[in-house]
Amino acid sequence: MEKVAIIGVGQTKYDRNSPLTFAELVFEATSKAIEDAGISKDDVDNIVSVSSDFWDGRTISSMAICDASNAFGKDITTVEGDGTFGALYGMMRILSGSFGVTIVCAHHKGTESSMNGITNCSFDPLVERKLGIDAVSSAAMQARRYMNKYGLLEEQFALVSVKNHGNAMRNPLALLPMEITVDDVMNSRKVADPLKVLDCSPVTDGACTIILAAERQAKKLTTNKKRVWMKGVGHCSDAFRLGDRDLADTRALKDAAKRAYAMAGIDDPRSDICFAEVYDAFSYMEPLWLEGLGICDDGMGCEYLERGYFDAGGKLPVNVSGGRLSANPVQAAGLYAMAECVLQLRGEAGKRQLKGVDTALVHGINGMCGQSHCVWVLGK
Amino acid sequence: MGKRVGIIGVGQTHHAAKRLDASGVELIAEAVSRALDDAQLTMADIDAIVVGNMDHFENINYVDMWAVDGLGACMKPVFKVTTGGTTGTTVGACGYYHVASGLFDVVLAVGWEKNSESDTQAAITTCANPTLERDPFAGAIGPLATEYSMYMKAYGATEEDSARVAARDRNNALNNPYAHSRQAVTMEDVLNSPMLSYPVKFLDMCPRSDGSCAVIFAVEEKAKKLCPRPAWVHTSVVRHDYTHFGDLEWQFMPTLERASAQAYKLAGITNPLKEFDVAELYIPCSTCGVKWMDSLWFCDHGGAPKLIRKGTFEMNGQLPINPSGGVIATNPIGATGLIRVGEAAWQIMGKAGARQVKGAKKALCTGFGGCSWTDLMILGADLP
Amino acid sequence: MPGWKDEVEVIIHEGKISVPYSWTVGSTLSRFYCELRDNGKIWGNRCPGCGKVFVPPKIKCIDCYEDLYDWVELPGTGTVETYTVVRYEEPVLHPRKAPFAYGVINMDGADTGMVHFIGDVDPEKVKVGMRVEAVFEDEREGNILDIKHFRPLE
Repeated sequence: MEKVAIIGVGQTKYDRNSPLTFAELVFEATSKAIEDAGISKDDVDNIVSVSSDFWDGRTISSMAICDASNAFGKDITTVEGDGTFGALYGMMRILSGSFGVTIVCAHHKGTESSMNGITNCSFDPLVERKLGIDAVSSAAMQARRYMNKYGLLEEQFALVSVKNHGNAMRNPLALLPMEITVDDVMNSRKVADPLKVLDCSPVTDGACTIILAAERQAKKLTTNKKRVWMKGVGHCSDAFRLGDRDLADTRALKDAAKRAYAMAGIDDPRSDICFAEVYDAFSYMEPLWLEGLGICDDGMGCEYLERGYFDAGGKLPVNVSGGRLSANPVQAAGLYAMAECVLQLRGEAGKRQLKGVDTALVHGINGMCGQSHCVWVLGK
Repeated sequence: MGKRVGIIGVGQTHHAAKRLDASGVELIAEAVSRALDDAQLTMADIDAIVVGNMDHFENINYVDMWAVDGLGACMKPVFKVTTGGTTGTTVGACGYYHVASGLFDVVLAVGWEKNSESDTQAAITTCANPTLERDPFAGAIGPLATEYSMYMKAYGATEEDSARVAARDRNNALNNPYAHSRQAVTMEDVLNSPMLSYPVKFLDMCPRSDGSCAVIFAVEEKAKKLCPRPAWVHTSVVRHDYTHFGDLEWQFMPTLERASAQAYKLAGITNPLKEFDVAELYIPCSTCGVKWMDSLWFCDHGGAPKLIRKGTFEMNGQLPINPSGGVIATNPIGATGLIRVGEAAWQIMGKAGARQVKGAKKALCTGFGGCSWTDLMILGADLP
Repeated sequence: MPGWKDEVEVIIHEGKISVPYSWTVGSTLSRFYCELRDNGKIWGNRCPGCGKVFVPPKIKCIDCYEDLYDWVELPGTGTVETYTVVRYEEPVLHPRKAPFAYGVINMDGADTGMVHFIGDVDPEKVKVGMRVEAVFEDEREGNILDIKHFRPLE
């Protein structure tokens, strides 16, 4: 397989009530990415935008950002889902031989709309939607199932919030850097049992752009320092209705991870992966996904958390960016995770720089309760 | 380098104004099952799936997740792409790139829409910039009507020319069992139909439909084994250059001109009128079927009326356009572009039944939508 | 950044998308809802290939992709696999006032669970593993709310 590299990343601050329009956010992130890559906008030959008609309140949501994403005179398409899937399509387009340099840009303005209303719309209008269920109430049921299956406690999930908000103190882009304790999480307002406010990611505005290049273009346009290789990727979806699957069974994620590891030549993720950015939309999701990713056995995620295994100073740091708990620009979240890994692998992560890392794991989800997953292995 | 890719199966629903018997998921399952039958495959043979539609028409968020039952996507890789009216061709291009990348061997691409479930115009106006263009924006018909008025004035095209295109597509649909609107019409019928927005009349304009289309793409080695006559994908080109309707150049169709020029170059086509045997074009209004011929490089600017009057694009003409009846006969928006790809593929595969163009070896398909965007794909009986 | 941006007044336009919808339930769910509405019964369907029983009924088996045409009447009882107590208000979305409980109920006679309200019980007392039964509304319209909620079995 020809190699594809990420050669540039650009991000806006992840904020709330941003006074910028979608186009301005995308323009900022894309301009920064082009500058970061050190290329000209004309070196880019195609764009994959990641956006959502629902979150944007505009049908043909990509139309709002065509000009801002450098799409004039170029081939463009739009993935509706998480940024990790957009990056996958961007990579496919390069591997097809039709394109050499792809911009993948994602934007999200959560604070311009109603999150509960919008996520309620992902439930079947013919069945569950009438019950008023949304992302939070469904996630709460997944959390309870996970707790019940393995005998886990809310205090254990709270460790994720403490860790990630604390990590965000070293990320100038994150919306919610906070030094908090497990008690702070336990005492925060109850939302839907067992979830409390501090177990949930914040409504966020932001955009993130990454630039992919085929090996030949990457070598021509950039230096070795800037290039991070896309070594492996896999994606897989589980069933749709909440009752069609065991919400604590990560079989779709395991399938996606297996594919990504095989492509990347990874035999044992526990020793081959140095650090990870996983989609912690809610605190309980971090250990659950880490189990699905094979970083620990099923049911062991919380124990590893307690041991500090996933701390910034631990054996396999997870979400040193602050994670989605500190900033969750939904469609852009997966790209935000990828951008963080790129910065870490390049040695450009400032105060949160991890030492001696060469292989990263990125994880994104789509749909309610992590119905669908996309897993990436990035390396230097 | 990339892999070469062939289309080995196509499935469509019987498109209709309202499919009250079938939910969106059931429509999708219908098209997918037919595509699998057409390719003589089972769902187990499918490696990945891509789906598309326009969200606001059915008000379902994350359709790729919702439609898993119909798509056969449980425990398979799947994601969604969407780009307005061009969604269908965008889905087709995505299916192609999945396979061309070498990451997946057999990929199912599905487009669908249940336009009967919403007020189409109300949903579509949300595409316009809410702070700049949404309030004065006049829907899909106004801009198309305006552009033809300009063309009539500049080059002497007439309402008869566009009526001829409407009659052509509508009568072609009589040979297509899947078409939504199947009525024999004369040019006079079209000219006498109610005026919508001068000079566009009722029979000039496409309907909105409920329907789904599924196309199966396969990598060269597998396509050769599985299909006697795959429709090979020669190229895919997209231009979605505009963000605001006020920015467009209206004298010609800029994205179509630029996209087709690039596609012809990549596919080694120098005389498109001669080299294509059949075309399935996204012509939403018959007026476009006149004016846009210039922008496909079939003639110089203003040359289209002459070609139309000569019958160049009729079934027995030099280059038959829309043997299926095109968009004017059938328009389930998220599927419409993909139906162009599917119908063109069937022409190459020799499976187009009563609407078959004999010996079709090279086909052009286009998608249109959004802010005057163009998607384009060229298919051929020979490997590219 | 040019300085003028810091001084310009930030204008906000409020808007609402009002698009009316009418969804076709389709053949499969229509049958399910007719049974709910007319007979107060919950039906599922079974895959001829693998034997899995689905409720709400499906058009195709999610594992085999076979057409489903074997209909199975279910007793309407089940076991709470998981639940939550919702404590926030969303007056436009929620048919009930918080606090109330949602659950995924593994239905007896089927291999899947149904999502619904758990009622006729203090939400704080709902437990995983509780045995429950469907309670039907007296006036039914042919949708999921024809089931009022699931209540604990005596």
